[in-house]
Amino acid sequence: MVEAYLRQSPLSQLALPSRAVSEAGDAGVVMSERPFRRIVNLRGDPKSDAFLSAAKSTLGADLPLAPNSAAAGKDTSLLWLGPDEWWAISEDNTPPLADKLRDALSGQHTSVTDAGEGYTCIAVSGPKAIDTLAKGCTLDFHDSVFAPGSCAQSDMAKAAVVFHRLEGETPSFEIYVRSSFAEYLWRWIEDAAGEYGIAVTG
Amino acid sequence: MLEINCPYCGPRFETEFSYGGEAHIERPKDSENLSDEEWGEYVFMNSNTKGVFLERWVHTSGCRRWFNVARDTVSYKILAVYETGTEPPELDLRKDV
Ligand SMILES: [Zn+2]
Repeated sequence: MVEAYLRQSPLSQLALPSRAVSEAGDAGVVMSERPFRRIVNLRGDPKSDAFLSAAKSTLGADLPLAPNSAAAGKDTSLLWLGPDEWWAISEDNTPPLADKLRDALSGQHTSVTDAGEGYTCIAVSGPKAIDTLAKGCTLDFHDSVFAPGSCAQSDMAKAAVVFHRLEGETPSFEIYVRSSFAEYLWRWIEDAAGEYGIAVTG
Repeated sequence: MLEINCPYCGPRFETEFSYGGEAHIERPKDSENLSDEEWGEYVFMNSNTKGVFLERWVHTSGCRRWFNVARDTVSYKILAVYETGTEPPELDLRKDV
């Protein structure tokens, strides 16, 4: 685990805080980075009651079992990644969520992997967010298909990403991308969103 | 462009998937005793079907699970998608060829 004082976001060289505005105004797309999230990759058998109940007691909510669905736990976002695979995402660093999960699941046939240091999160929202994302991804982002509160793994401008659509009327997405693709993807989205007007927020 | 219905994630574009060749080929059990000819038979000699072909795909950009697809190699129409380790569904082979 990297010590906090040595940490640099993979987008630090873009100096995003210096561009941040407090009001998005009439920008069609609002972008920000949400770095340093703790991401735990959790795998286990969804048919095992022991697994589901141990995960629930640690995470504060049932693991989402429906494909492409997300749930909100206690200070945690839970994303469905596959029939036996989830992400548990939190801002909280102490004590590490992975340790708590490992303790709760000890003796069970499961896998708990800390994955957060390999990713950053780019938030894209605003009335033109969907038009922007649709330029680089084959997913159908319409409300009826990609509803608020759901998630999907796919490619965005050929970079592998995990999308999480947040609840709310205005389209709002969190895009998890590997650190090595983060600057490329930020610049790609910013270029794609240029025609709609962009605001960067902190 | 194919639209492939991942049995776990639902319909996605072909660009999210990778191809794994013919399905239901069993790996030889005592492989250390195989002759070169038998290895070659296993590795290279796949069928080259005109019509309904049972093949493997993996959802690389999504759930990363392998599964099987029954696809018509003439029309490219996908007739069925089914999980790895299960038998292919009954298909009326005449109807779609
Ligand atoms: Zn899938």
